[in-house]
Amino acid sequence: MSHRLPQGGRLIDRRKPRTFRFNNRAMRGMKGDTLASALLASDQMLVGRSFKYHRPRGIVASGAEEPNALVNLGTGDRFEPNQRATTTELFDGLVAKSQNHFPSLDFDIGVVNDALSKFLSAGFYYKMFIHPRPFWKHVYEPFIRQSAGLGKAPDAEARDVDTYEHMYAHVDVLVVGGGVAGLQEARAAGEAGKEVLLIEQTAHWGGRAPVDGGSVGGGPVDKWVDETVAALAEMPNVRMRLRMMGAGVYDHSYALGYERVSDHQPGNDAPRHRLWRIRATEIVTATGAIERPLSFAGNDIPGVMLASAVRDYVVNYGVTPGRRVAIATNNDDAYRTALALADAGVGVPVIVDARSEGGPLAEAARDRGIRVEFGMGVGRLLGGKRVTGVGICRMDSDGSALHEIACDAVAMSGGWSPVVHLWSHCGGKLNWNETRAHFAPDPARAPTGADGQAFVRAAGAASGALTLPEILDGAEDWEEAPLSPVWQMPAQAEKALQGKSWLDFQNDVKVSDVRLAAREGYESVEHTKRYTTLGMATDQGKLSNINGLAVLADALHKDIPAVGTTTFRPPYTPISMGAIAGEARGALFQPIRRTPMHDWHDAHGADWEPVGAWRRPYAFVQNGEDVHDAVMREVTNTRQNLGLLDASTLGKLIVKGPDAGRFLDMMYTNMMSTLKPGRCRYGLMCSENGFLIDDGVVARIDDETFLCHTTTGGADRIHGHMEDWLQCEWWDWKVWVVNATEQFAQVGVVGPNARKVLEKLGGMEVSADALPFMAWADGEIGGFRARVYRISFSGELSYEIAVDAGQGQAFWDALMEAGEEFGVMPYGTEALHIMRAEKGFIMIGDETDGTVIPQDLGLNWAISKKKEDYLGKRAQERDHMTDPDRWQLVGLETLDGSVLPDGAYAVEAGWNDNDQRRVQGRVTSTYHSPTLGRGIAMGLVRHGPDRMGEVLDFPVPGGTTVRAKIVDPVFYDREGEKQNV
Amino acid sequence: MSEAVTALGGASFNGLVAVRERPLTGMITIRADLSDKAVAGAVGSVTGLDMPGTGRIVEGEGCAIAWMSPDEALVFCDYAEAWDKVAVLQGALAECHALVANVSDARAVFELDGAAARDVLAKLTPADLRDGAFAPGTMRRTRLAQVAAAVWPTEAGTIRIVCFRSVADYVMQLLSVAADPDAPVGWHG
Amino acid sequence: MLTLKCPCCGVMTDETELHAEGEAHLKRFGPGSSDEDFTGYLFQRENPKGIHFERWRHAYGCGKYFHAARCTVTLEVFGTYPAQTLEPPQEIKDAISAKRPGWSWREMSN
Repeated sequence: MSHRLPQGGRLIDRRKPRTFRFNNRAMRGMKGDTLASALLASDQMLVGRSFKYHRPRGIVASGAEEPNALVNLGTGDRFEPNQRATTTELFDGLVAKSQNHFPSLDFDIGVVNDALSKFLSAGFYYKMFIHPRPFWKHVYEPFIRQSAGLGKAPDAEARDVDTYEHMYAHVDVLVVGGGVAGLQEARAAGEAGKEVLLIEQTAHWGGRAPVDGGSVGGGPVDKWVDETVAALAEMPNVRMRLRMMGAGVYDHSYALGYERVSDHQPGNDAPRHRLWRIRATEIVTATGAIERPLSFAGNDIPGVMLASAVRDYVVNYGVTPGRRVAIATNNDDAYRTALALADAGVGVPVIVDARSEGGPLAEAARDRGIRVEFGMGVGRLLGGKRVTGVGICRMDSDGSALHEIACDAVAMSGGWSPVVHLWSHCGGKLNWNETRAHFAPDPARAPTGADGQAFVRAAGAASGALTLPEILDGAEDWEEAPLSPVWQMPAQAEKALQGKSWLDFQNDVKVSDVRLAAREGYESVEHTKRYTTLGMATDQGKLSNINGLAVLADALHKDIPAVGTTTFRPPYTPISMGAIAGEARGALFQPIRRTPMHDWHDAHGADWEPVGAWRRPYAFVQNGEDVHDAVMREVTNTRQNLGLLDASTLGKLIVKGPDAGRFLDMMYTNMMSTLKPGRCRYGLMCSENGFLIDDGVVARIDDETFLCHTTTGGADRIHGHMEDWLQCEWWDWKVWVVNATEQFAQVGVVGPNARKVLEKLGGMEVSADALPFMAWADGEIGGFRARVYRISFSGELSYEIAVDAGQGQAFWDALMEAGEEFGVMPYGTEALHIMRAEKGFIMIGDETDGTVIPQDLGLNWAISKKKEDYLGKRAQERDHMTDPDRWQLVGLETLDGSVLPDGAYAVEAGWNDNDQRRVQGRVTSTYHSPTLGRGIAMGLVRHGPDRMGEVLDFPVPGGTTVRAKIVDPVFYDREGEKQNV
Repeated sequence: MSEAVTALGGASFNGLVAVRERPLTGMITIRADLSDKAVAGAVGSVTGLDMPGTGRIVEGEGCAIAWMSPDEALVFCDYAEAWDKVAVLQGALAECHALVANVSDARAVFELDGAAARDVLAKLTPADLRDGAFAPGTMRRTRLAQVAAAVWPTEAGTIRIVCFRSVADYVMQLLSVAADPDAPVGWHG
Repeated sequence: MLTLKCPCCGVMTDETELHAEGEAHLKRFGPGSSDEDFTGYLFQRENPKGIHFERWRHAYGCGKYFHAARCTVTLEVFGTYPAQTLEPPQEIKDAISAKRPGWSWREMSN
């Protein structure tokens, strides 16, 4: 069985043991182990169950390409499913559990799927879960939800306790991959004076070379690696990072690096992951190559591993997967594994080589006394939860005649595929290399950037150069005889064997599934992928894609390059959600905009409402009240005494220039240029499509200067809108715009006592004569420099006062203190909404929804008849806009005084062509009015203004119907006397 | 006037660098054609400074001018003098097509002080902060995470940041998290 | 992740500092125009597989709108230029012609 060898393991420190738990069993490993090597050292080959059939799964690889060894890692708030044991560095106290089985890894009832596999072949769910239709919701879907997925989802109450961050970096050259090719590239670029970043996803430099051997300049290659690393460390213009994966290559030379800062030392306070957002003039992908499995029956039984992975475990970790390791290959490289095993004293009972002859490496293996069988393949493997033997047969047979040889592990090699993912992410194309049976980057069709030039270059094995002498000058290594492509072993394997030859170990896709897809007409490789789910698991097909498409090509009688690969998409391997979010969590998830009086509101019972990115008080809830009580109190107090409103969030745009008036005449439906200095005018803005987009009061400051108020949500939008037209259409007009929204805190002082409190504070004249309704003036109040607008959204006597934002809180405090004798109370947005509704004033976003024009809202008076043009005028001339059947604004009063539900529709007789009831109106705003003691609403109704007094029916949820009468939308103070005092 | 406050009352944090909200700062926006000699002359007569070139900031005694766009400049001055300076600038620019506005209160100003200042900033902005691209005299408008900001390196080696007042709290938290003493990057310098 | 050089402030700016603002060189039709011209102005947009002229705003920067000539397939950028023009400047057109002879876009061409 698998175990730790008595010596060896270049990456481990045998003096430093580490303890961990797997499936509640205490185990021991060494510093430098991965979880996978430590499991193997403890004879734990079985690590999980496959997705569909729940077949036993063992460790297959040694790196990021691992499809099977996925574990639930950690506990509590650090729990994370689907972590690869091969890329998890072992630390003291690590806790891991295997996935996708019940009740246990060894005994899993899910294996019944395997017995039913005939019915669960590729695409079965497209056929099986259709009838009877009613079964979907209560039988099929719950079952599928329960069985889908591999790892366990974290508990709903768990919260990620780690921190994550981003880092933006600009470099000349980004080299991805710290193997010999990457090291060489980094050195060359560094010596050429470039700013270089070299990144490597594992914790070690050198890549495969220290395991695979070879020499450079007469010395062993790992000496070359050490020297090069040391030289790079000396160069100030070269920076190097380990544990950092190149996650993706994107447009215009942008790349993401995923740095696992402290996964290997969890629990410290450093960020767990750092996402590097890199802009590099040139990107070099030195990302190596991944070995392909061989497709033979039983190739998924635990104990079957990639040949290179076997020697990785032996050389790097001093671990062997078995005592008798058979080898199956179609190439010379796998013989390196035989030699490594022999050096470690591990038995190799046979090497099965599909070719008729091999090269010097095969000779060397034979010279060591290892049995080599040419022209043979694996017919089937013996064993259930563990390999017990290999049945070999002639390659040119149907696999039925077997010669059995006992073994407890099999090292397989089907050849090597360059890692072309990063090259392909941004449009790099591939060529099929017939000799080496792999896709490699086509340098003539590299990804191109903003200048149309290539910005990515592949180097080393990633470019298709698989041998050391091809990559490094002065390097020497074994000569290798050509491989023989083998996509199915043996070549004419009978159907039953194809049904046991696995392509995708994680998603359970077999050779027979791909052939089935081809037979059923899924001939595009993209269709085959989705139909069979080949390559769709968390390993993204790193071991299965090429083998799968080769089988498809064979089934379709096409060449492999004609079938092609599926699209490679970032990230190269899964990255954490935390890394993507970076700092943007909790309080930093989104910026919250606060007014200068925010903290005061918070301390005084504010019930917060989001308005765009701002927070505004909905109401100020006092002791014993609920929110509704507070709102009612605020409305009543403002109408009877004195209310204060924080109106700081409304937009304030300064518009100045000789053409300012002309410009605003285009922006608004009103004639703004005739507004006199010292006066205010309520204006409407429409889009070019004619619909209302914003409203607000405009003040004429002087001959050339206006101040335009916008809605809270409109400030930045309307500023951009104005700049758009000034920069891109009327660029010869002389107009400047400044967004002064945040310069001023603005307070609404509202109610019958409004003038009294201002006069008590003293300063400028605020009498009815000095400052009449719809006038404004600059001056001083209570020692504060102020601009006062005599405007009213509530219908009460009202002053909106702007002071410098830095004095906003002090001003508010002064008003609260001086207003105490007048019954001052702050009020929030809901009281604001109710009061304006009582007065029949529209609200952008309630009465408007992007399809409403001023003419629908009885606002024809705000549309200048004298203007030839304004934004939206032409649109408002279109048939649909002048249709008399357009719904018009009215007030609505329920017969029983209740509050109409928001969005309720008024029905009329009959049904439309879609079998829906005909409708003739809808509710746009609705409230309980404490002033009137009843529910009030505004709505849009067909021919509404002509139907005063008519009663409409509004069906509401629950099945009942509310009846409401059409009335004038101004419910209170129709003559507008109160605001005029 | 004595009752004016900054957005955060002088908040500070010590980590990889010192993060400090700066005291009340006078800031005046000028919209005008900056390439117009009359404009540059008028502004120069009030500030004593030359108009900065594209993307630059010019500093003087208690005063500075930053280039914001081809037709927008930001004048820094004493907070208490800002309104008066607005009036003086308006007077000087009366013959030009110009808009002068006090924006002192609309902004919050921060400073990063420490050797790791560029690293801290680099966690938040895609702007190129390498020595060549971001040397004293540079004024760079960009974003910090999700908000607009202007950033510039000072002769003293610190980095100053201006953002909108309403998001001062967000920016302070952002800078403090980025300056977490347990999160050094070791990238710049 | 695009980068574009803002022609107004000279900064090579990240896509995340920009807002995309749709097709460039739209011709406004107002009162007095035919329904066809007007609805074309509101709703008809080019959707080319290739050369395109589009507007961007340097939102987290100088705030200016500018135009870019860009290939929608390869994302090659032939140049950026200020927005105060009815059609792309000659040097932009020349830059495109040098790489994509025979190009055309709306009524403009090589």
